[in-house]
Amino acid sequence: MQHHKYLENFLRALGKPLVVFVSRIGELSEFIAKSLYHCVTPPFYPKLLLRQIIDIGFYSLPVVALTTIFAGMVIALQTNAGFSSYGAESAIAEVVLISVTRELAPAFAGLMVAGRIGAAMAAEIGTMRVTEQIDALSTLSTNPFKYLVAPRLWAGVIVLPVLVMIGDVIGIFGGYLVAVYQLDFNPANYIKTTVNELQWIDLYTGIVKAAVFGFVIALMGCYNGYRSKGGAQGVGEATTNAVVASSIIILIFNYVITGLIFTK
Amino acid sequence: MEKTVNKIEVRDLHKAFGRKRVLNGVNLTVGKKESVVVIGGSGTGKSVLIKCIQGLITPDSGSIKVDGIETVGAPRKESEKLYATMGMLFQGGALFDSLSVWENVAFGLMENQKMPRRQAREKAVEVLRQVGLGADVADLSPAELSGGMQKRVGLARAVATRPDIIFFDEPTTGLDPIMADVINDLIIDSVKKLGASALTITHDMASARKIADRIAMLYQGKIIWDGTVAELDRTDNPYVRQFVNGSASGPIKVEI
Ligand SMILES: Nc1ncnc2c1ncn2[C@@H]1O[C@H](COP(=O)(O)OP(=O)(O)O)[C@@H](O)[C@H]1O
Ligand SMILES: [Mg+2]
Repeated sequence: MQHHKYLENFLRALGKPLVVFVSRIGELSEFIAKSLYHCVTPPFYPKLLLRQIIDIGFYSLPVVALTTIFAGMVIALQTNAGFSSYGAESAIAEVVLISVTRELAPAFAGLMVAGRIGAAMAAEIGTMRVTEQIDALSTLSTNPFKYLVAPRLWAGVIVLPVLVMIGDVIGIFGGYLVAVYQLDFNPANYIKTTVNELQWIDLYTGIVKAAVFGFVIALMGCYNGYRSKGGAQGVGEATTNAVVASSIIILIFNYVITGLIFTK
Repeated sequence: MEKTVNKIEVRDLHKAFGRKRVLNGVNLTVGKKESVVVIGGSGTGKSVLIKCIQGLITPDSGSIKVDGIETVGAPRKESEKLYATMGMLFQGGALFDSLSVWENVAFGLMENQKMPRRQAREKAVEVLRQVGLGADVADLSPAELSGGMQKRVGLARAVATRPDIIFFDEPTTGLDPIMADVINDLIIDSVKKLGASALTITHDMASARKIADRIAMLYQGKIIWDGTVAELDRTDNPYVRQFVNGSASGPIKVEI
């Protein structure tokens, strides 16, 4: 008898969050399906896409540059510390190359853009939601998914890979700076090793990750903004949720994509 | 038999959010070129009602006919054509703050009717003039305008596409009494000029009396009374009397 009671209470306690979780997954899936549909069906808004590309890309360049240059620099230092001084000279360039292009540039660019852009998107769309601007779009026969969501998703997928490629160059340059000016290694050797060791899979891994991260950041920004309610506080929550969710998803997907590409 | 079709016909409309029943069997009609005002307390579901009619909220059950055509459960594509004949003035204006004033007013013309920019701008300035705003505000951003001016721009945006039906969500709330009356006059004027039907929701009785051909009262999810302004003053319905007189004592209990 007693056991049944416990079980019942247990299931009940489990039930509510579970129902919320499942309905949230359902809601998100519906949002994704709708977004994808509206991303590929006209009308398109090239001007809005261009504005998003500039917002996401151009203004994120400084933070991406700063984070990747220091990432490249620190990797160079660690590699030097970990290898004997004879082995380090040849290893540094390669280790910097691989870690920056495959892991660090995409992860740092992703996290930085998630903080800057994911938050801004959630705040902007959330404000439009609670001030009824999204309803106003609909009453003017404009689909909010096409007008607001699609340009942001496209921009995320297009811009992040470009940012990551720029981050690759800057990160490798950071490694070069440390190797040449701090550790006094031969600059010509560094460049030669980098060029020789550069493989298609390095670039390709970073770019695939970047495109996925760009999509995730824009999606979380739009989704959380879109469903926000209850005035300024609701918008604040949406902003936080967008950044936290996209950061976590980025780190998980980073692992998953590496696993998919490199596990034989 | 030739039957005159109502512009809007709402039958037994239900809508709940979670466990909270907001609309509980609403019946309401708006005739051609008629101006109907729905009155009711804050949070009684007035906004939800007009959002259901405009397809912004999907009702749980019931029927909404626009020009005699059912929109509840109809394919979105078909209802879209009906929704395109509607205009709406939002409670807070809902102006797009990323666009200038004239781009707001011309939004429907440019995005939907594909009017070229220069022509759309001319049209927008003309509509702005009709609501008493000069060409000098056209290039301002909505945030630079006062509340009354924002209402006017919202009105201009709502009428710019020449809709058949216009919805007004608390058009005078938050305005001083004189500005409120100016907006009332503009509403009457624009609706008449367009030959449109109008559905206004408000709790401002002065505004309701002025712009309504017919008044309906929403209470606990239902329309509990419906009549002309003259009938409003004669009715002995205790709910309506209490609301019209703005009295704290009576059958309507305010949830605090
Ligand atoms: N999208 C929504 N989700 C949940 N509850 C809502 C939503 N829209 C409105 N409501 C609730 O419905 C009730 C009626 O709201 P509303 O129609 O805005 O009232 P009003 O008569 O003041 O316009 C309120 O209690 C509100 O909290
Ligand atoms: Mg309302």
